[in-house]
Amino acid sequence: MVILWTDALIFTLIAIMLGLALYMRGKEHIKRPMQQICRSKIGMVSLVVLVFFVLIGLLDSVHFKATGNKTNEIISLLDYWATPLREHGEKTYSAPFATTLYSKEMMTLADGATQWGYPRLEFGGSHLADPETQRMGDILQKAGYGFAQGAGLAAFFMALLWGTLAGQRKRLMLSSTTRTVWAVVFLIVSLSYTLIDLSSYYHVLGTDKVGEDVFYQAVKSIRTGLVIGTLTTLIMLPMAVIFGILAGFFRGWIDDVIQYIYTTLNSIPGVLLIAASILMVQVYMANHEAAFTSVVVRADMRLLFLCLILGVTSWTGLCRLLRAETLKLREMEYVQAAQALGVKQGMILLRHILPNVMHIVLISVVLDFSSLVLAEAVLSYINIGVDPTTYSWGNMINGARLEMAREPIVWWSLTAAFAFMFALVLAANLFADVVQDAFDPRRSGNE
Amino acid sequence: MNNPILAVEHLSVAFNHGQKVVDDISFAIYPGETFALVGESGSGKSITALSVLRLLPNNARLNASAISLQGDNLLSRSEFELCKIRGRRIGLIFQDPMSSLNPVMTIGSQIEEVINIHFDLPQQAVKQRVLELLQQVEIPEPQQRIKDYPHQLSGGQRQRVMIAIALAAKPDLLIADEPTTSLDVTIQAQILALLKNIQQQTGMALWLISHDLALVSTMADRVAVMQQGEIVETGATADFFSNPKHPYTRKLLSALPSMQSCLAHNAEEKPPLLQVNDFKVYYPVRKGIFKRIVDFVRAVDGVSFDIQQGKTLALVGESGCGKTTLGKGLLNLIPGSSGQVVINGIELNSLSGEQLRQQRANIQIVFQDPFSSMNPRMLVGDIIAEGIRALHPGIKPDERKARVRQLLRQVDLPEDSAQRYPHEFSGGQRQRICIARALAVEPKLIVCDEPTSALDVSVQAQIIQLLKSLQQEKGVSYLFITHDLAVVAEIADDVAVMYQGKIIEQGSVAQVLTQPKHAYTRKLLEAVPVLKTEK
Repeated sequence: MVILWTDALIFTLIAIMLGLALYMRGKEHIKRPMQQICRSKIGMVSLVVLVFFVLIGLLDSVHFKATGNKTNEIISLLDYWATPLREHGEKTYSAPFATTLYSKEMMTLADGATQWGYPRLEFGGSHLADPETQRMGDILQKAGYGFAQGAGLAAFFMALLWGTLAGQRKRLMLSSTTRTVWAVVFLIVSLSYTLIDLSSYYHVLGTDKVGEDVFYQAVKSIRTGLVIGTLTTLIMLPMAVIFGILAGFFRGWIDDVIQYIYTTLNSIPGVLLIAASILMVQVYMANHEAAFTSVVVRADMRLLFLCLILGVTSWTGLCRLLRAETLKLREMEYVQAAQALGVKQGMILLRHILPNVMHIVLISVVLDFSSLVLAEAVLSYINIGVDPTTYSWGNMINGARLEMAREPIVWWSLTAAFAFMFALVLAANLFADVVQDAFDPRRSGNE
Repeated sequence: MNNPILAVEHLSVAFNHGQKVVDDISFAIYPGETFALVGESGSGKSITALSVLRLLPNNARLNASAISLQGDNLLSRSEFELCKIRGRRIGLIFQDPMSSLNPVMTIGSQIEEVINIHFDLPQQAVKQRVLELLQQVEIPEPQQRIKDYPHQLSGGQRQRVMIAIALAAKPDLLIADEPTTSLDVTIQAQILALLKNIQQQTGMALWLISHDLALVSTMADRVAVMQQGEIVETGATADFFSNPKHPYTRKLLSALPSMQSCLAHNAEEKPPLLQVNDFKVYYPVRKGIFKRIVDFVRAVDGVSFDIQQGKTLALVGESGCGKTTLGKGLLNLIPGSSGQVVINGIELNSLSGEQLRQQRANIQIVFQDPFSSMNPRMLVGDIIAEGIRALHPGIKPDERKARVRQLLRQVDLPEDSAQRYPHEFSGGQRQRICIARALAVEPKLIVCDEPTSALDVSVQAQIIQLLKSLQQEKGVSYLFITHDLAVVAEIADDVAVMYQGKIIEQGSVAQVLTQPKHAYTRKLLEAVPVLKTEK
């Protein structure tokens, strides 16, 4: 078992969220919006999708040293299960579900003669004797088999759950929202089984320039995306919220100091700061080689620092918004009423100001989440993003810019990165919408 | 009477969710008359006016057998044709002169715009017409004012400009939707006189929409009362007020606070609870890079008064005279105050920090706007319990909940209100919650900052009744800040009149209201519209 820095932070984050959930369980005014979220179809469906992404990310966050031919290599649980995908590398580009390479090569035939043509792939569809005629039928058969397997498994667990439930809960399970949720779970499990089954025979999303499976890359990138989205937010949020609210509420010299800090920070180009800090980390790691023996550890360190510096450079916008909102709120009569009632200032901030700026925080966090995933792509482009060995959608997109110029075009890397990013960001956006509606008492329909 | 200028027959308006806001109403307005549509907020008055001009929001559904303007059915007109009718034949004045004018255009060009839309006149003639209009609405020095921006004018002057814009195209009918609600009493009187005057000059019909029965009784020829989308009673003004037929109208009239009630107060002397001596609130005016203080804005300028135990002092004045600042200053809610505030023998101004916090229970405040005075994200129970938690942290949660329930009973709200959010309550109910919140810490004095001015007449009467009965029950004193002299007569024992940061007249309510000494007090009293009841 090896615990990387980002792993530790991710598990701490999960622990904090569980703790919060336990704390909130008994609070009436939080329970009601929660129930409203549970009744919303869109909310629950996007939550299921998010949970699915998070589960993959978590699987990818349990690291250990591999035993086997390549010792000293640190792999994750996901890597372990996807070993065939990881090791079934081809020579170079191949299209999704292809059985041959994407470009013609000089091939040496069995009889020693050479021929100019598309060579067969080493692993993709190698079990077929005559790909031309068998391929389509084989794909359908494998997909059907995988789907049936997944469906059977999902149905089995659902039946098990159904059997253990008491009568009253059973009725709850039959509500239209719950039915939709189960349908989505069923679909996701079955589809992932289909993909798992297919990908042990084919490259479902093709291979990239060095012959690595694109599907594997896209799945591995989920963790990077989640880490950059959540850890950066985790670093940025406390700074933005605390500074913004303090500046707006207390005015005077506190306001002056905080404004000074963020205008200064804002006037330095963010890219410069990021480049400087990434280079610093690289120099540091070069000087302390003993502490960073493995490639994975080095890449992880760089990812952590990228989150850190992105967090430090991106809090100013939200801070400014929160300061303005607090300036407005502190003049509200309920704040004055609280002062007249002798409520302490800290309590006023916590009870009256913070909950009333939370919608702004929520919106900008979700918007930032998507823009951070995109920022990572841009930074990879100028080589100061995540480590080139780290799988990330940014790196995939960065690599794809040359492939777009190829003739014939290599479209699958970009498409895969785009589809995965789109699913994650869309689910996060939809879920945030529902949460925001539910927690705004003026808009929620609960009576 | 001859043909009506506007006839509305069987008008209904419903919104998407099916709820009818205007329900099958018919009325007619005749040339040269003033027709008043009266009702409480939400009764559908403004929607009626907007549906005549077809300016309703998109999700509204209009249904009527006819809306005819001088025999010309507006329902059959296209949107394009209606544009020529709006402004040209029907003028409209809105309630809020602050937001009805474009802040980046001079008032002259805003009036010109309307003239240019409806008439094809040479530039010189347009300029001449603008000047005439400004003279007609009695704006002094129109030559200079023409180049002014809206923020350079006072509220009353802006409303005059709005009237000038409405008159620019010489309409046959002028719709005035609560034209004076956001103005002070003395200015209200001026604007109403102006409207009457212009009506006599031009002979146009005036459709007045208002919630103020007293105002209507002085202005209108005919009155219609609206309740929940229906017109319940129509009649000529004199007949209407002396002999109301519908029970709702009678209820409205009886809810009106009357100036006569001030004579009924007892004049028994009680020991003073609050003594205020030479109280000042100055805001510094800073200039230059070093922000030197060059001058002060004297919001409250050396005010002294006493409030007796269990009595009510009303603080009367127009907007901007410093009465709200004084109220908040007494509670130490604004910086920059000086002078002596003694409550129950404790000098509040000399305290600070923790000591001040402990003494805060003595004075509480109820604000004007029941919508912004409660945190929308807190349950009502938590809002009321907040003061108890802050000042008596020793009280156990169960005991605190019982106390909240008791407070809700005292302000006549159901006990289960504690588990609901503020937005689920109406304005009057919210004001009750605010009163319960103030009562929670058992204050000796409650500053009521215009607690009824955002409420309807009938609700206002209920809140005043509640405040009175709480005073008898608990012996709290009130500092009642208001601009409405009729309410003062209803609730106050003593009155202080404030003008430009100073108290200019002070005395018992009967004395001030019946024998005012200061000229300003007399002017205020004259401006109050009084219900005309010729029996």
